[in-house]
Amino acid sequence: MSQTLSHINAELAEKPRFDYDRLLNTVGAWTLALLWAAPLLYAIWTAFHPAAYEANFELFAPVTLENFQEAWAATPFARYFFNTTILVSMILIGQFVLCTLAAYAFARFTFPGSNFLFALVLLQLLVMPDILIVENYKTIRDLRLVDTIAAIGLPYMASGFGIFLLRQTFKTIPMELDEAARVEGASPLGVLWRVYIPLAKPTYLAYGLVSVSHHWNNFLWPLIITNSVETRPVTVGLSVFAAIDSGVEWSVINAATLMTSGPLLIAFLLFQRQFVQSFMRAGIK
Amino acid sequence: MTQRLQWIYGWLLLFPAMVMLMAFTHVPAVTTVINSFFSTPRGRREAKFVGLANYENLINDPTFWKVLTNNLWYALATIPASIFLSLLMALWVNDKLKGRSLVRMSFFAPTVLPLIAVANIWLFFYTPGFGLIDQIRMGFFGLPENSWLGSQETVLICMMVVTIWKEAGFFMIFYLAALQTIPPSLREAAAIEGASRSTFFWRVTFPLLMPTTLFVSINAVINSFRMVDHIFTMTGGGPDNASSLLLFYIYEVAFKFWDTAYAATLTVVLLVLLSLIALGQFFFMDRKVHYR
Repeated sequence: MSQTLSHINAELAEKPRFDYDRLLNTVGAWTLALLWAAPLLYAIWTAFHPAAYEANFELFAPVTLENFQEAWAATPFARYFFNTTILVSMILIGQFVLCTLAAYAFARFTFPGSNFLFALVLLQLLVMPDILIVENYKTIRDLRLVDTIAAIGLPYMASGFGIFLLRQTFKTIPMELDEAARVEGASPLGVLWRVYIPLAKPTYLAYGLVSVSHHWNNFLWPLIITNSVETRPVTVGLSVFAAIDSGVEWSVINAATLMTSGPLLIAFLLFQRQFVQSFMRAGIK
Repeated sequence: MTQRLQWIYGWLLLFPAMVMLMAFTHVPAVTTVINSFFSTPRGRREAKFVGLANYENLINDPTFWKVLTNNLWYALATIPASIFLSLLMALWVNDKLKGRSLVRMSFFAPTVLPLIAVANIWLFFYTPGFGLIDQIRMGFFGLPENSWLGSQETVLICMMVVTIWKEAGFFMIFYLAALQTIPPSLREAAAIEGASRSTFFWRVTFPLLMPTTLFVSINAVINSFRMVDHIFTMTGGGPDNASSLLLFYIYEVAFKFWDTAYAATLTVVLLVLLSLIALGQFFFMDRKVHYR
């Protein structure tokens, strides 16, 4: 451990002739990275090759897109993608609106009960709607919203995490800007719109990426609340697909697996830096 | 702005978010507790007060104890392992390593993939005889094939591996963020004093990362009670509930057996466990570090 960790101040060490420590660390990091990438690399391998090469790694194995075609034809994936897109955009818009208003209230207004209410908001970081599936199902049933896309999103709209994150950001914005805008005659909502929201853009981007990737991947609640093709998101669609046909070939299932993760994965590869920085920004509290 | 107007604005701005928050978090948490004292309504029979009967069932339910034990082992194994690995990853990635961005990408990629989807890939890895792990075992070591997910002894460990793989890269991000806030002057000072690298890590870096470690461990604890997606694809809780966790059991009781009262009782257990964690956080954590 100490060998590895001491690497931190390697550059401070006197010029070594050959740095075994560095070599060891590089090898260690690469080994772990390879292990970590293995499942994904493996999925890519099987998805792009005929079933015969599932466990047979030949460099010149024929490349094919048939697995994707087969998976695409076997289930209404297009519809599932559409549902997921609607779902994540709906949640994102809802979260932005609700959390912005609430965060603004907590950051810049003094009113009785604000501390208590803020504690209630923080409580949601611990007791998430994911856990309260039984009661939330009843609520949705009473609202007659079972098996709708709205029902999947509703419990997540007011996000404790989002309110907290935006409040922290709003608090760092200098009061002088706020006051200057008010002197010019802006209403409280005008100030929010013209001063706070523009200055918090990086936080919105960070929160947006975290939220989209979280809800794209969410499974348990959508599984419970949906039961038709018209509402199912891709995660549930994939599980239905992989479960019904136990006779489906691995290569086809892996193609479907890659498809479900595809858009996020491509976005991640393209905007790797932003992704990591966003998660970092969202993580520093 | 007058004080009265401040109040009104504050409350109005908060109102929509608070209603939603109450409706899907606080109210259901309370009704869960209430419903755990009632019977499950079936058809025309309405729920009636049954006192502690559900809790008696709970104590006499061997599946509950099995699932709870599973969950505790699951937490005990995945939390330290993923924290250790994530710290290691962060230190590596924070360093001037060859191909750093590629390494970082590989560590972080599982975070953006749906757990339910990657479970399919892992399912194949674990397939007896045909799967990748057995191929390596049989091909290189000549060992017999093994039913990894079919055996009570190994199935939970297999699930733990998937969880650690999934969340270590996520926690790495928090450590990475923290490492970047450590001023370089500390390192320079330590170097002037002639401190060794390991001394520097244990005396400076590690203590400075302590708030992050606490924050990450809280997240890891919550995750260990929340991440159950892979169970659906990989084992369905079996064999004989050996890989079932509390939330998965709640799902089964509520939506397969439709015993909502008992599911509520199980949820109360989960809520109590989480509250204990919250209390632990309250007492052991210097909240000033995180909440300005």
